[in-house]
Parts: sequence; C-alpha cells; structure tokens
Amino acid sequence: MNRTKLKMATLAAAMSLSLSALATDITGAGATFPYAVYTKWAEAYKGATNNQVNYQGIGSSGGVKQIKAKTVDFGGTDAPVKEADLDAAGMVQVPTVMGGVTIVINVPGIDSGKLKLDGATAADLFRGAIKKWNDPAIAKLNPGLKLPDLAVTVSHRSDGSGTTYAFSHYMSKQSMAFMRDVGAGNTVNWPVNGVGGKGNPGVAANVQKISGAIGYVDIADAMKNKMTFVALKNKAGNYIVPNQEAVADAAAGANFKVKGMAPDLLDQAHKNAWPITSATYILAYEKGSDAAKQKAVVDFFTWSLNNGQKMAEELGFVPLPANVVKMVEAEMKNIK
Amino acid sequence: MSELATPAPVDVHARQVRKFKLQDMLFHQVTLLFAFIVLAALAGILVSLAIEAMPALKQFGAAFLWSNVWNVPEERFGALSAIYGTVVTSVIALIIAVPVSFGIALFLTETCPVWLRRPLGTAIELLAGVPSIIYGIWGLFVFAPLFAEHVQPTLQAFFDGVPVIGGWFAGPPIGIGILTAGIVLSLMVIPFVASVMRDVFETVPPPLKESAYGVGCTTWEVVVNVVLPYTRVGVIGGIMLGLGRALGETMAVTFVIGNANRIVGSLFAPGTSIAATLANEFGEADPGLHISSLFALGLVLFIITFVVLAISRWLIQRGVAKQGK
Repeated sequence: MNRTKLKMATLAAAMSLSLSALATDITGAGATFPYAVYTKWAEAYKGATNNQVNYQGIGSSGGVKQIKAKTVDFGGTDAPVKEADLDAAGMVQVPTVMGGVTIVINVPGIDSGKLKLDGATAADLFRGAIKKWNDPAIAKLNPGLKLPDLAVTVSHRSDGSGTTYAFSHYMSKQSMAFMRDVGAGNTVNWPVNGVGGKGNPGVAANVQKISGAIGYVDIADAMKNKMTFVALKNKAGNYIVPNQEAVADAAAGANFKVKGMAPDLLDQAHKNAWPITSATYILAYEKGSDAAKQKAVVDFFTWSLNNGQKMAEELGFVPLPANVVKMVEAEMKNIK
Repeated sequence: MSELATPAPVDVHARQVRKFKLQDMLFHQVTLLFAFIVLAALAGILVSLAIEAMPALKQFGAAFLWSNVWNVPEERFGALSAIYGTVVTSVIALIIAVPVSFGIALFLTETCPVWLRRPLGTAIELLAGVPSIIYGIWGLFVFAPLFAEHVQPTLQAFFDGVPVIGGWFAGPPIGIGILTAGIVLSLMVIPFVASVMRDVFETVPPPLKESAYGVGCTTWEVVVNVVLPYTRVGVIGGIMLGLGRALGETMAVTFVIGNANRIVGSLFAPGTSIAATLANEFGEADPGLHISSLFALGLVLFIITFVVLAISRWLIQRGVAKQGK
C-alpha cells in the first residue's frame, strides 16, 4: 500500500519536473533599479511567447552572489563586474538599459532647472562643506538668483544602492575631497548634515518634506514626483537639465567594445550629455549546466531589446542605442 | 467454562493499560520534541549569528561595541551609534508611553462608564494590530512635516540658551530624527502596555477595592495603595513587553529616524538604530567585513533583548516573592 503510494508520488514528481522543463521557466535576481522594466518585459514576453521569466529585485551584490552560487539563471547588477572576475568565473556581462541620476533640491523661491551647479560645487554640497544655500560658491555660479540664508540638508540613500554607486563615483571624479570624506560605493560615508531615506522614493520624500534639502534620485522617480531639478555642468561645459535624451546622448559617445561591455558612462564629452549616466547589466555563465535555460535567457533579452524599448522609456529608463543593441546580441551568442 | 473465561477480561484490561501507557509516552515525547525544536531554533540562530559575526569581531575586538564609526568604503565598523539610537529611541518611547498607558488603563478599569469600556478597550487592542509600516508611513508623511513646522521651532525657542537641555533641541528642524522616532515608537508601544495594564488591573479582587472605598479612600488612593501594590508584577511585565517591542522595531523607525550612522547630541538630529541599520544595509552589503559587521550588530541586538527579558523575569520573580510575604 505504502509502496505504491510512494511510486505514484515519484511518478507525479517526475512528470511535473519534465513539464516545467518543457516550459523553460527562467529565474533571475539582482539589482532593484531595473526591476520595474524587467518585470514589465517579462509580462509582455509571457504574453508573446508563453515563457515565464521571474526576476527578484534583491540588490546588485545579491545578484552577483546568486549567479555565482548558480541558484539563478541570470544575475542583475548596477555595478559592473570587473573583466578579470568575469574571465575567472567564465561569465558574460551585457548592459540592458540605462538610467540617469539627477540632483534634486527643495529651496524656497528656486524653480526647477534654475539653479546651476558644477561638479565641484555639487560635491562640496554633498560632502557637507557648503552648509548654507547663500554660500559664495553657489552665488558665483548663479548671479541674479536670490539664494536664501537656509541650512543645507543632504538627503541620501540609507540602503546600499546602485544609484549611490553611480552618484558617488561621479562625485569622486569631480572632487578629491569628496573621495576622501565620503568615498565611492554602494554605501558611503555621508556628512553630518545628512538624512537617509530608504529607496529612491524615500530620498524623494525627504527632499520634498525638508526645506533646504538637496538629494539624488534616479530620473524616473524625479520625473514621477515632479521634483525641482538642478542644471549640472557637463564635461563640454554646458549646463544640462536632466531628461531622457541627455542620458541617451551620454551613451552615444561611449565605447562599448570592451569585455563586460561596461564603459564608464559618467561625465561623457558629448555636448548635451547628462553627466551622471549609468547602465545596468545582466550576468550569465558562458557554459551553463542547462542549455535550454541558457537559450531561454538569451531569447528573453533579445526579444526585450528589440520589442521593449518603448516600455522602458515609458517607465523612465533610457534604451540602449541601436548599435549597442547589435553588440549585445553578438555578445550574448557566447551564452551557451 | 466461566473459570476459563475469567483471565480473558484481565488480559484485555492490561492490554488497554499498556496501550494507554504507550499513548501517554508518545504524547509526552512528541510535545517534548516540539518544545526542543524551539530551543534548538533559538540556539541555531545564536550560533549562526556568532559564526557570521566572527570575522568582524576578530577584526575589531570588543571595541566594536563602543567605537563610534561606521565607514563602509574604508571598512571600519563600530556599533556605538546604532546602540545609542536603539536605546535612546526606546527610552523616549517608554517615557511617553508608560504614563499615558497607565492613564488609559486606570480610566478603563476605574472611572470609565460601563457602556464605554468595551468599545474603548477593543479600539485600543485594535491599535496594537496596526502593521508597523503604517506607523512609519504616517510618521514620515503626516507627523514629521507637522512636527517640523509647529513643534520643533517652539521647543527650540523655549529651550534656547538653556544649558544641556538646549543642546537636545539644537540643529535645523527637519522633522525626522531620534525624537520623532521615539514619539512614533511610543504610539506603537502604548496599546501593548495599556492593554496589559488594563488586564492586570482587572485582576484586583473587587472586595479589596470596595473595602478601601468603604473606609473613604479617593480613587487615587485606591489606585496607589491597593491596585498598584497588587499588580506591580504585571505592570512591570507590560512595560518590559513594550520595551521589547521598541528595541526591535524596524520598519517604522527606518522611516523616521533619518538613518545616519553617527551620534549627535541633539534629539532633532538624524540617527540610526540597530534594526534600521540591518534593514537598510543588508540587501546591498559587500561580502566580507561589512556583512559580518551587520551580523555582529544583529548579535548585539539579540543580546540586548535577551538581557532586557532576563531582567524583567528577575524583577517579576522578585515581585512574586515579595507578594508571598
């Protein structure tokens, strides 16, 4: 009696296994920044091909950990993995979508796009060296703008984040003092006048609630919340108010023909480039244990890069330029 | 025939007894197993926390507990700022919550009209069931702006120039910070403390109170001389329950404490608590010292909570012993 039951159970388990193998469901995990666009793509992809893609936004370092442990079919990360590490692990890394980090403020009397900052002055604000909004360094860049005698409060991410990674790397490039005081990474050492918020929405909320606040959020959240932008000076010397075209312009001048396809998109030379631009990446093994799943990963992203650009734009992301998409498709041929 | 049949019923009886004995033993073993699963899980958590925390504890030693630095890029970690935030917010929460809860419980048991008792008591119990994230959202979006606009400037003006206390209320009034976290925590703790206090106040035998009233005591005298001495143990238990909740509260605190890993004397300044630091940094922590230091923070919180519970047990034991005399 028991034995037949056991047999039937094994049979049922085997059947369900083979069934799931037929549908080739794939699972990815990692960066939270592209979570919205990956799930949107997965939903559309399921509608078009009936294949299921699950993506869990557990954070970039989690994504790298999970793909290294081979618990997922692809990992997502905002901080690109270094070339040497990719070779050592036998992994392929390609960009999927881009975004920009914007500087937003809440200063009474100053409208969106009116305040001009250059990289060094912005870095001094974010490292706590400039304590009042009527500081001469800001006034010098903004003749004619009425600056209040108001304390600066730095609104930053409290959770480790790819947004902080891109932002702090840009600031560290602009200012040695920022590099020394705050550092660059997923979690950094913010100044005494700082307030931490959880996630981009947390930072956005803090900036909107605190008079005299300056913060950084990704372009999608900043636009959604109708926040007050700062015009930031780019490498070409132009003051740029962030928008999706300016982010795309930053990618136009970058050279993606490197292993890992992760050129530095920060502070690009294009005359309209938004200086704080970054991409998000996926990781997969060159030789996976399950060829069907490997192929499913390639199929999903090939489909998404060709059919999902509009969906990405609507969510506030910036699609990869057409020539980069071609290069990504070629690179993904190595995922077997 | 009947002589032959007599052993049979005895046999059946003995078999039944054996069966019952076996059942009893089985029941005993199974329940024992359940009890030990909990203990094993507790020990497992403690051991795995300790193992994961080991690299950080080796690197920083006991100084981890009192060094006031949390520098992720340079990989230097110390728990003091998180411990400070945890303790200070919990103390603020209790300073507000204990008298208010005491008042609520007294009103419900002593002076409240009978028809209002049930609805009011139920409402307070319902408050205990509100998810903590709701308190966090409310604290950030509703309470903090009002607090920054109306309460903080008033407090600053009132205590301006006063030594020590003036420093507690220094700095720009931004609404979120240690004091806000403490106030939001107190709201979360009140329903727990108040409902425990009400329950224990109700255990006072009516004849005791009636006799006190009979000799002409006022309500206050009855409370101080009859109700409180009778229920001291339960009241302490309720306060400790509230303290336990305040120490470990994560989501609501993360929203309103400002999440800054440092100690500033002012209560208006942003700070952090152990639970908030864990919630914030665990997801994207780099393997190595950072993640290990977070585990070490978890271990510290575990030990603090354990010590609080141990003290409360000890106090309660003492209270019971005293009552026996």
